[in-house]
This record gives sequence, structure tokens and C-alpha cells, in this order.
Amino acid sequence: MANLTEHASHDMGMHTEQLEGRTQQRFFSATEGENLTQPFTYEVDFDRATEFDAQDLSTGEINNKLRQLMKDGYGSITMRNPGAKHSLAVGILNRLNLVLDGSLGYFGCGLLDGPNVHITGRVGWSCAENMMAGTVVIEKNAGSTFGAAIRGGDLVCRGSVGARTGIDQKGGTIIVGGDTGAFSGFMMQRGRMVVLGNAGKNLGDSMYDGTLYIGGKIADLGVDAVAEDMTQLDIDWLTAKLALYDMSAPNGIENMTKIVSGKQLWNYDNLEPSEKKLVL
Amino acid sequence: MCGIAGLIHRGSTDNIGEEMTAMLQAMKHRGPDSTGFALYNEGRSKTKYVMRFKVAEGAEARSGFEIQAQMAERKKAVDSRLKELGVEVEKRKSVTEYAFRYEIKFAGDLRELASYVEDIDNVEILSIGHALELVKDLGDATVVAKQYGLSKFKGTHAIGHTRMATESDVDIRSAHPYWAYPFSDVAVVHNGQLTNYWTMRRAMERRGHRFTSDCDSELIAVYIADAIDGGEDLETAMRRSIDELDGVFTYLIATSDQLGMAKDVMSAKPMVLYESDDFVGLASEEMAIRSIFPHEIDTFDPYEGEVRVWQT
Repeated sequence: MANLTEHASHDMGMHTEQLEGRTQQRFFSATEGENLTQPFTYEVDFDRATEFDAQDLSTGEINNKLRQLMKDGYGSITMRNPGAKHSLAVGILNRLNLVLDGSLGYFGCGLLDGPNVHITGRVGWSCAENMMAGTVVIEKNAGSTFGAAIRGGDLVCRGSVGARTGIDQKGGTIIVGGDTGAFSGFMMQRGRMVVLGNAGKNLGDSMYDGTLYIGGKIADLGVDAVAEDMTQLDIDWLTAKLALYDMSAPNGIENMTKIVSGKQLWNYDNLEPSEKKLVL
Repeated sequence: MCGIAGLIHRGSTDNIGEEMTAMLQAMKHRGPDSTGFALYNEGRSKTKYVMRFKVAEGAEARSGFEIQAQMAERKKAVDSRLKELGVEVEKRKSVTEYAFRYEIKFAGDLRELASYVEDIDNVEILSIGHALELVKDLGDATVVAKQYGLSKFKGTHAIGHTRMATESDVDIRSAHPYWAYPFSDVAVVHNGQLTNYWTMRRAMERRGHRFTSDCDSELIAVYIADAIDGGEDLETAMRRSIDELDGVFTYLIATSDQLGMAKDVMSAKPMVLYESDDFVGLASEEMAIRSIFPHEIDTFDPYEGEVRVWQT
């Protein structure tokens, strides 16, 4: 494998953020760039619209149907009657306007990289986990681990969500119109989470980085999560972001509580484990 | 993993056998080992009960040369002991070769009755209820429902369980629901793991309660039975359980006229809830509720540490 320079990897679009730390490795080779392919991505035309009924189809059949429609060039697809089935509309890696007219079960819209998804019903656990880009907007409620480990894009739920929202969030934005459950923002690493209602206990527990904005009451903060003053930059960003989705903070954006990492946990210690052993 | 489900028709009855079968079958992927139902009708008079019991495990009934004779002996012993206690058996039904349904008339102490009958080796009472009938066996929901003829069971409410065995055997003894022995109409289903099971089990055994299995879920039934025995109402007992049971759990409990749910403080196990004026449906997955309401419905996840109780 050839040596990889930081510059080359950035040119290849493989890093969106500068990772730091002595143990971070460089995984990609610049010389492999030409060999990298993007399977299952399609050129679609947003003006070509179609719809289908998912009621009598299995999860596999539905996802294959979506893939076939994208392959055929449809850029605007409406799926009727998803029927709360699990793992629907996953792994879509290109731009697409997708309307899911109904509710999804668990692991819906996972691993997305680009599409704009509108869900008219509710979603179960782990909606949009590992999303990389695009938007997912849910009109009703969502289950637990909403937006687990998302890396990018906007994930919006107009209703309330369950526990562990944005667990291991690595980027992007999560917006919740109602309340969120316990352990929201657990081990958050990057990105922003906006909750317009109340937050359950242990909010932001063990968060490394990132920012939480809470509009209502906070049951309690987790380990190393601390409140910080809102800045004008925060207010401007929230105003613009919420306007995108026609949402507003019931008590005013300026009265929201901003939570960040206190950066006192062991992972902020600069010592390598072997060095720490010596010290101890 | 396991899947649990509950439903309650408020102020009416319906074919709950068929409804619960559909809900549990929709969650077969969460646990294919065994399926159980606790079905409640409108109830009988104070001295009339349905007693469900088994004289062998299903697998045991299909093995060995002498088992048929042994099962007949065990059943004979049950009949003899019932007679001894002055129990009047109004109807006898052999549901399978090892499971029986008796309609009985009895005015005495249920604990004494249950203890005396279960003292016979390999005999287990699944339930004794005015309103409750508890059925559980190996296989998925449609298999068990067909085997026990549940397709036309009319009633007010029900809870059910589809089990993936993790900590105890694949047998009827370890299947859910658990009857809260010896309280006539209390049954429990559970999804999760209780980490202080042995400590609490020993404490319960010292208080005179009996356990039929090594399944941690049985502890919840015994715990609630103990609380009711101490004069606590269902909701208070459930709220206390949130603090005292350690581990991750979501459980459903039913009495003759109530259905309750409780979720641990970590909210680690799923539960989806649908509530309308005349119906409440709960399940580990929305798909189960959709099996009886195929159209769009508004559902939500109850939060951590939440306890809810509904009345028929």
C-alpha cells in the first residue's frame, strides 16, 4: 500500500473532519482512489415521479423495488402503506425525493447518504442510524436510539422520541419537536442536537464533543455534560435551522439551554495507556 | 430477545384469542422457542374457577415407553387430590395428552389447593382463575393457538409472550406468561433480564413463595403476588418494582380487570403503545399492533421508569 498523505485523503473527500490523537490511523491509500467504486448509486431525475403500495410486499421486496425504481431513473418516489415494517428504505446512497406515506418499524432509513425522506407517520427504534447525508423528516413520534451514530445530514422528528436519542452521534443535526427520553446525547462526539421539549435524565452522559440545545426542562445532566451560555452564533444558527423545517422553540430560542462536554473524562487525558500505566 | 404483547377492550369483549395470536405471530422473529397466552374473559362467580395444568413437558410426553402410563397416573393423582380437598370438577377437558382444562367449584384456600396438587411429581398448575386462562407451549403462536383451540376465545383483555430462551431451558415450565401463584387471576410476561434474580428469589422463598422454574421472569410474578398479599394495589406494587428489580426489563401484568405495563429506568427494552377510547394495545414492536389494526394509527414509546395501568 502506498503512503497516504493527509492532503490526498481530503481531496478524495474521505475526511469531513480533522481527527486528532496519537492512535488515529490513516486507512486510505491515495493510489486506491481510482479503484474505489460506489455500488448501488444511481443517476435519477427528480421530475420523474412514481408511487407504489408496500402493503403486501416483504422488507426485501420493498427495498429491491426502491432500488429498481432508482435504477430506472425515478427521482421522486412515494411509498404507500409501509405498515411499520422494519429496515425499510435503507442504504440509499444517492439524491432522491422519497415520501413514506405511513409508519416504519425498527431501523428505518439507516445508512442513508443523500436522499430527502419525508415520513408521514411514526418510526420505531434506531431510525436513520449512521445517516451520512440528506434529510429525514418524521411527522409523528419516534422510538429509542433515534439517529444513532449519525454522521451528517438533518434528522427531524416533529413529535417526541424515546431514550438514547443520538447515541454516539458523530455529526449532522438531530431536531426533536417534542420531548426526548433518558441518555439522549450519550457518548456524543460531534454534531448538534436540538430538543424543543423536555429531556430525560442523564442528558449528554459521557459526551466527547458536540452541542445539545434543550428548549424545555432537563431531568438531569449525565457525567461530564455541562451547561454553557448561548452565544449569538448559536441563536443565529438555531433560527436558521428551525426555520428550514417550519419549527419554533416554545419558550424562545434565546431561552434554550446549551449543553456541551466538560472534557474532564479520561479520554481527554493525553497519555497513551502504556504511558498511563507507568504514571500509575 | 423475546416479544411481549397486551391488549384490553375497555367496556366490551372481542375475540382476544385470535387477536393475541395475530400479535404474537407478527413477532415470531423475536422468539421462536415457545409462545404463551394469558386470556381473560368476563369472569365466573366467586367459587368457580378454570384450572389449567400439565402432567408432563411436551418433549417428555413424546419420549420413553412408560410415559403414557405415568401421565395417566399423575392425572389420576390430581383427580384424587382434588376430590380429597372437596373440589367439584364440573367439566374436564384433555387439551393435549399432557395439558388439561378443568372447570371447578371450590370455596377453600387456593394456596392449599395449588400446593397439594403440585406436590405430585411433574405436575404443574399453569393457572387457576375466575377470569384467567393461561396457555403456553413450545412453537409459534399459530401452532400453540391451534393446539389449544384459542381461535374463538372471547374476552376482555390478554397478554402474551413469544420466547427466545437465553437463561433457562426451552420447555413449558420456562415459558411465559407466569401465573402469580396463588392469586387467582394475576399473570405476567416479561422481556429483559433481571440481574438481582437470585438475591430476590431467595428472599421470596424465605417468605414462603414457590418457584417452578429458573427463569428470572417468574420473579416478577412472585414479587407482585407478594405485594398484593401484603395489601398493596397493583399500580403501587409495579411502581415499587421499578426501584427494586435490577436489570433491564419491560413487563406486562394483568389481573381480572386490569392491564399494566412497567419499563425499567434505562428504557432498554422496547414497548410501543396504542391507546384509543375503547382499546389499548401494547407490544414490543408496532408490527404486532398493526396485525389487528392494519390502517395508520398513532403510537408512541412509553418513557423510562414509566408505569401505566388500564381498567377493563
